[in-house]
Amino acid sequence: MARAASTRRKAVFTIIGWVAGLAVFFPILWTFLTSFKTEGTAIATPPQFLFFEWTLENYATVQERSNYMRHMTNSIVMSVGSTLIGLLIAIPAAWAMAFAPTRRTKDILMWMLSTKMLPAVGVLVPIYLIFRDWGLLDSLAGLTGVLVMVNLPIIVWMLYTYFREIPGDILEAARMDGASLRNEIIYVLTPMAVPGIASTMLLSIILAWNEAFWTLNLTASEAAPLTAFIAAYSSPEGLFWAKLSAASTLAIAPILILGWFAQRQLVRGLTFGAVK
Amino acid sequence: MGSILLENVSKAFGEAVIIPSIDLDISDGEFVVFVGPSGCGKSTLLRLIAGLEDVSGGRILIDGSDMTGTPPARRRLAMVFQSYALYPHMSVRGNIAFPLKMAGENREVIERKVTDAARVLNLTDYLDRKPGQLSGGQRQRVAIGRAIVREPGAFLFDEPLSNLDAALRVAMRLEISQLHQHLKRTMIYVTHDQVEAMTMADKIVVLNAGKIEQVGSPLELYRSPHNLFVAGFIGSPKMNFVNGIEAEKLGAATVGVRPEHITLSTSDGLWEGEVGVAEHLGSDTFLHIEVKDVGQLTARVGGEFTVRPGDKLFISPDRDRLHRFNEKGAAF
Ligand SMILES: Nc1ncnc2c1ncn2[C@@H]1O[C@H](COP(=O)(O)OP(=O)(O)OP(=O)(O)O)[C@@H](O)[C@H]1O
Ligand SMILES: [Mg+2]
Repeated sequence: MARAASTRRKAVFTIIGWVAGLAVFFPILWTFLTSFKTEGTAIATPPQFLFFEWTLENYATVQERSNYMRHMTNSIVMSVGSTLIGLLIAIPAAWAMAFAPTRRTKDILMWMLSTKMLPAVGVLVPIYLIFRDWGLLDSLAGLTGVLVMVNLPIIVWMLYTYFREIPGDILEAARMDGASLRNEIIYVLTPMAVPGIASTMLLSIILAWNEAFWTLNLTASEAAPLTAFIAAYSSPEGLFWAKLSAASTLAIAPILILGWFAQRQLVRGLTFGAVK
Repeated sequence: MGSILLENVSKAFGEAVIIPSIDLDISDGEFVVFVGPSGCGKSTLLRLIAGLEDVSGGRILIDGSDMTGTPPARRRLAMVFQSYALYPHMSVRGNIAFPLKMAGENREVIERKVTDAARVLNLTDYLDRKPGQLSGGQRQRVAIGRAIVREPGAFLFDEPLSNLDAALRVAMRLEISQLHQHLKRTMIYVTHDQVEAMTMADKIVVLNAGKIEQVGSPLELYRSPHNLFVAGFIGSPKMNFVNGIEAEKLGAATVGVRPEHITLSTSDGLWEGEVGVAEHLGSDTFLHIEVKDVGQLTARVGGEFTVRPGDKLFISPDRDRLHRFNEKGAAF
């Protein structure tokens, strides 16, 4: 009897899991399908699921009307660039907090995290004015800098939790062996933390890639990444669902593929410390 | 090369004073063992010498120069950790070579020294393995190899053998002693195992609650402990302590007698007791004897000594090997 009940329970959980998974995945699937419809079928009621006339026309139009490659390049430069700069700052910072903590370390960590609780729009005006005065509007450098600041708290936190798992003895051994602080971080800490750094890096790239608030508000055309590319199809042409879907599909495809290949690293990164 | 002088060294973690004040003189080439119960501050003292912790007060002189504020990397000391603390991402070769690489030695010198160290420590066949693929004893040897290649002024060991099984512990103990004879460098060795302390040390420092109870050679500590703590800590099995009226008869508040300094007889003696448990080790037998007005005494007798629990025996401590202590626990 007990076994039957537990089998049934397993079945229920499996179904719930699938339903939740599909619910999360459905919008992406729908966007993907819509991108192959004509504008007419895209808004047809009842909606058509698979049996419509498939067309590549939207992709052609999108390619024609905007420079996908440039947006993509901008996205890559910003997400990878901000991640690398972020790591350069965050690795020493996380080292200090994990291996040389003071009474204030916990407060600093909380304070860093608290900046993520502030609505970004709260600092939009000052940042905008600074960007305007310094001539950073619509520049890759300016945006990369903002993305570094936006994601830095998360990078530091993730690295901090990883570093905490590294035995302090080993770093002390390096010190006894004559390593300077720099060499200790380069030759001992970083190689040991490679899995952690890799997942942090992936997460940071994904967050920067998908970041829309700042990229939309601080860019116009030159530095506009893929988020702005999607937005360009949503605001003035809100009714053209099929083209908007094609643009979205193009924008999320690279990161989706990256995420797919790196999913093990990512899951490990997001649950690190919780399991093990 | 490796004399170490501690002057008035103290250490507190926040409010908690772990080491109130310690003076200690370690001369070059000496094998010094810090021994004491768990939590007494042995590791802390070693880490202060290493520079891994900052002192709260006092000075640390190495070879006559003040190193109190010098970072560990520049004290010319090597440390072997209880956890081995090998670099898991480097091969055995990489681990042993690391201190040389940090010292900026050139490639041939590194290669030669690593090969030499590996030969001395029987690690030649394992040079290309990662630490994760080694046994505990081999890891310990790698940690020692990493310490010796740099030819430091002194070696610091923090309970290096406590993760090994008993047989390996005895073997490694011997290896470290041989290494000391061979290298003739100062070694400071932390342990809470008094057998390791007795067998390896030139000089034992007995610590208790952050204070030095006594410093001396193993035999000095064994023959004339300054107080009850040292008397009870050094020697195995533990010294027997007798209080009360029977001690007063012998002219002290507490009388200590070592298990090996007891004469047993079936006919006459100072005290009469009844055998409780007899532990036969083959070479020795330890008898736990219950004596009225005295308490339980442990006696060490020959391996062939046959008694049964419940047997009556007469016990006489060797008069000239009694240890007498006053009310404060100090020997006189
Ligand atoms: N970083 C620290 N912060 C606060 N207290 C500490 C710290 N390190 C050690 N202590 C305290 O100092 C005391 C001595 O610790 P220490 O590690 O030196 O003991 P030990 O003699 O080496 O013991 P064991 O034989 O168990 O290794 C302990 O009470 C410990 O709790
Ligand atoms: Mg210790």
